Amino acid sequence: MNGARYARPVASLAAGLLFGFGLALSGMTRPLKVLGFLDVTGRWDPSLVFVLGGAVAVATLGFRAVLRRHAPLFAGSFELPKNRAIDAPLLGGALLFGIGWGIAGYCPGPALAQLAAPNAETLYFLPAMIAGWGLYRITAGARRRPREAGTAR
Amino acid sequence: MDTFTPWSALAGGVLIGASAALLLWTTGRIAGISGIARGLLSDGAAGFAWRALFLVGLIAGAWFYYALAGSASHAAVVPRARPDFPPLLLIVAGLAVGYGTALGRGCTSGHGVCGLARLSPRSLAATLTFVGAGIGATWVVRHLFAVQG
Repeated sequence: MNGARYARPVASLAAGLLFGFGLALSGMTRPLKVLGFLDVTGRWDPSLVFVLGGAVAVATLGFRAVLRRHAPLFAGSFELPKNRAIDAPLLGGALLFGIGWGIAGYCPGPALAQLAAPNAETLYFLPAMIAGWGLYRITAGARRRPREAGTAR
Repeated sequence: MDTFTPWSALAGGVLIGASAALLLWTTGRIAGISGIARGLLSDGAAGFAWRALFLVGLIAGAWFYYALAGSASHAAVVPRARPDFPPLLLIVAGLAVGYGTALGRGCTSGHGVCGLARLSPRSLAATLTFVGAGIGATWVVRHLFAVQG
């Protein structure tokens, strides 16, 4: 499909716009909002339950409908993660990620969305996060398969 | 300012879920931000355009919200830097988020939203782990060391 060459990036841009607008509307781009949710022994703010609940509900229904198709609209096949193992890298990585998330209140989406309205924190967190990705690539990544299956996450 | 906001939270969540469904429907890809962004660093030319445009959209989408909400309410909706939050903690946290999401193959969006939507036990395990770790880390920072800001 020739039109797919252009349709795919345009669809991706549209999905990104929805995602970023949703993130900011939900409050997740404000670290204090996120920490208000994680701070269960303080003045707990359960708002993020509604963010995750709304997102998972819509995505579950949407995915079910979409995955009935043989292929996506503008690509040859669905690229879904194939790894099903609950192993040490998964849990160790999630643990480390959670610690960083709980310290500062940023996960990767909101950290990148900071570029929409940069402030002093952007200067520290965002380069450090990208350095963390790079650090993984030159350490653990080098010992693994050169191209992992299902990297898109 | 940071009180319970169920309606905006739910509406924002719905948009995030719709975005994930749209991306899978059109491109066949999972809307995991850390995976999409990391792919820019490692994928070379293949997949560069869709990844870059998704992230450009993400930033522009947040910008649109700030522009709309700011002019509608005259209130400061743009996230502000915490004046008393130590930069060193931001750097340590950033490194942990980067390395952790690379090692664990996903973040809040990939495991938390898309993984749970696919009913993946692997993503459920990751999500429970990072939410638990987040609660623990927040407690340590806020209540043990009394860092607020």
